[in-house]
Amino acid sequence: MNAGLLGIEELTRAQVEAFLKRAKVFQPLEGQSFKKLDSLKGKLIVNLFFEASTRTRTSFEIAAKRLGADTVSITASGSSVSKGESLVDTLNTLAAMRPNAIVMRHAASGAPHFLARHLAIPIINAGDGTHEHPTQALLDALTILDRRPALEGLRVAIIGDIAHSRVARSNVHLLSKFGVDIVLCGPATVLPPELARIAPGVTLTTDIREAIQGADVIMMLRVQLERQHDAPLSAGEYFQFYGLRLEHLALAKPDAIVMHPGPINRGRELASEVADFQRSVILNQVENGVAIRMAVLERIVGEHVDAGVAR
Amino acid sequence: MPALLVKNGRVVDPASKLDGPADVLLEDGHVAAVGRNLERSNAEVFDATGLIVAPGFIDMHVHLREPGIEHSETIETGARAAAAGGFTSICCMPNTLPVNDNATVTSYIIERARQQAVVNVFPIGAITRDSAGKELAAIGSMRNAGIVAISDDGRPVMNARVMRRAMQIAKSLGLPVIDHCEDLHLSEGGDMHEGLHSTQLGLRGIPSSSEDVMVARDIVLAETTGVRFHVAHISSRNSIAMVAYAKKMGLPVTCEATPHHFALTDADVGTYDSNYKMKPPLRSECDTAAVIEGIVSGTVDAIATDHAPHPGSEKMQEFEKCPFGIIGLETALALTLEKLYHTGKITLARLVELYTTGPAHILGLDRGTLRVGSPGDLTIFDTELAWTYDVNESYSKSKNSPFDGWKFRGAPVATIVNGKPVWQRETATTAANR
Repeated sequence: MNAGLLGIEELTRAQVEAFLKRAKVFQPLEGQSFKKLDSLKGKLIVNLFFEASTRTRTSFEIAAKRLGADTVSITASGSSVSKGESLVDTLNTLAAMRPNAIVMRHAASGAPHFLARHLAIPIINAGDGTHEHPTQALLDALTILDRRPALEGLRVAIIGDIAHSRVARSNVHLLSKFGVDIVLCGPATVLPPELARIAPGVTLTTDIREAIQGADVIMMLRVQLERQHDAPLSAGEYFQFYGLRLEHLALAKPDAIVMHPGPINRGRELASEVADFQRSVILNQVENGVAIRMAVLERIVGEHVDAGVAR
Repeated sequence: MPALLVKNGRVVDPASKLDGPADVLLEDGHVAAVGRNLERSNAEVFDATGLIVAPGFIDMHVHLREPGIEHSETIETGARAAAAGGFTSICCMPNTLPVNDNATVTSYIIERARQQAVVNVFPIGAITRDSAGKELAAIGSMRNAGIVAISDDGRPVMNARVMRRAMQIAKSLGLPVIDHCEDLHLSEGGDMHEGLHSTQLGLRGIPSSSEDVMVARDIVLAETTGVRFHVAHISSRNSIAMVAYAKKMGLPVTCEATPHHFALTDADVGTYDSNYKMKPPLRSECDTAAVIEGIVSGTVDAIATDHAPHPGSEKMQEFEKCPFGIIGLETALALTLEKLYHTGKITLARLVELYTTGPAHILGLDRGTLRVGSPGDLTIFDTELAWTYDVNESYSKSKNSPFDGWKFRGAPVATIVNGKPVWQRETATTAANR
């Protein structure tokens, strides 16, 4: 039995709400340093990152430490993976060290799902290929809830390379469970029509103005330079049609918020002025990342919890 | 070798329009007589009461991995798996190491098969040297050595000019050309059928169009060259429609479908299980329905397994890293009974046709019937037998099957090759008689 967190798609709305509610408790208070807790004292959490990551990995590490857990972080370049060890063998070796959970990022979609079928240890997906990035969607929801009383009835525009974005997929699944009006926008080459069918409430457009019109939230995706397999748009063409500029913001709701999972490519998907704009909540997203990951780790690793089930 | 008398079965032989109770007498490796109440002194008797007796099944699309990739399969193990699936003849694709692109490799395969295979093995030669798509292989000398068709299978010829030349040569030699129709530019990097499920799973898609554009190209080239052209493992609705059109135009165009393409869809990939990863990929429900319609209507000429063994070490990886292909010899007949016969879509005679006269006609093989004088190959099966497939019991060296643990109604019971029983299902009765 592997009751980790592999994706948002398979969670119920109540499970998502439980994570968000718990995370609110862990949000830092203005100007206060965080008091270390000991609810995961004596627990071992392995962070296994097969792909480069700064914010997600540090965020998971900080979250684990704040809960009193011990952490070991392994990156692919410094491990036996670079010596040609298979994924299953690497994980079996780590499993023998009896960690209480493995936080894993991997470039292959479904890699954590594949391992979850072969390992008993809970696996927390910190991003799998172009599939899901569940904790990112949870922290994005938490960030929206800092500015809005509820998710219901909001209009959220997600703009960029949708097809190759795990952030977009997880956000779509999460927001859809709350009846959000979701508009996905990007170049036609990365906006397959099937996207409209992956969850209820999704519409598609290739026109950024139409996407932003009346939006409460604008989520910009990073142009995934490392995931461009097909003939991509030139950088200039991309920014002209899909880059977010200040003038676009006038189309959105007056108090609309701009989000970005980071790292930002200034001048590529986001005009520099937008990144620094006061309604951008990009840095809040980083802070909320720690709170969400604390809630996730506590729920999955903590002993008082029925593995993975929302209470 | 003593004569073999198969008594009391229901004999289904579409080529001689026979479907009814009869006995079959095999002598000197050939069919000696078919009729009611046959008697023959000194003959061994096989009681086929309650069973179907059909001409030996032919699987025209198998990967035996020998020479060169023997850790996945050998001619011996693949042939045993074939026998256990009710097949008496198999055709092996040329993607071995080295590639079967010259008469030496062809002769090696034929010689190994003669020594080690319990079923008949017919090699298929490469279209181009090393299946690299550039220079033509030694097609003529391979024909003389015994190949029955040419194909570059999994490494399809992208250059239409090269394909045209190959078709001209094949036509002059009387060989059919089999193409694994896939535009490698359109499918590049893809891991599963492009559609809702690939979008959901975040896996890169292999669009149906990658198959369709090549089927279209090849039909056009077949028309201009006059060659017999065969589409391997057809899987998409448009491709089926194009083959149907070509047939209507009177072109010698045929196609085969695999059991997995009519038994499964892309929705089954849901757990990133690499046993659902193959080329062409499992397609949408709509494509699967078209494949079934094609089988029913006669657009599809044969069922072939595309038996593609890969060892566990290669299939136990991230989905995108795993090789394409699954084994299929031992489950083909059961899946066909389950999905097509018991559902009332096809008759038993049509089922037998798809495994006998269908492939025999495509390849120009003088078999697939029980007419007197034909090779003494029989497939004896039970349409009702309840059994569970356990892949760990497979005769194949590889265990990559999505059908492990499936409960089936209907199974092969005995396989007879050249008048000699080469495999028989272990049942309560046979175990007790031992």
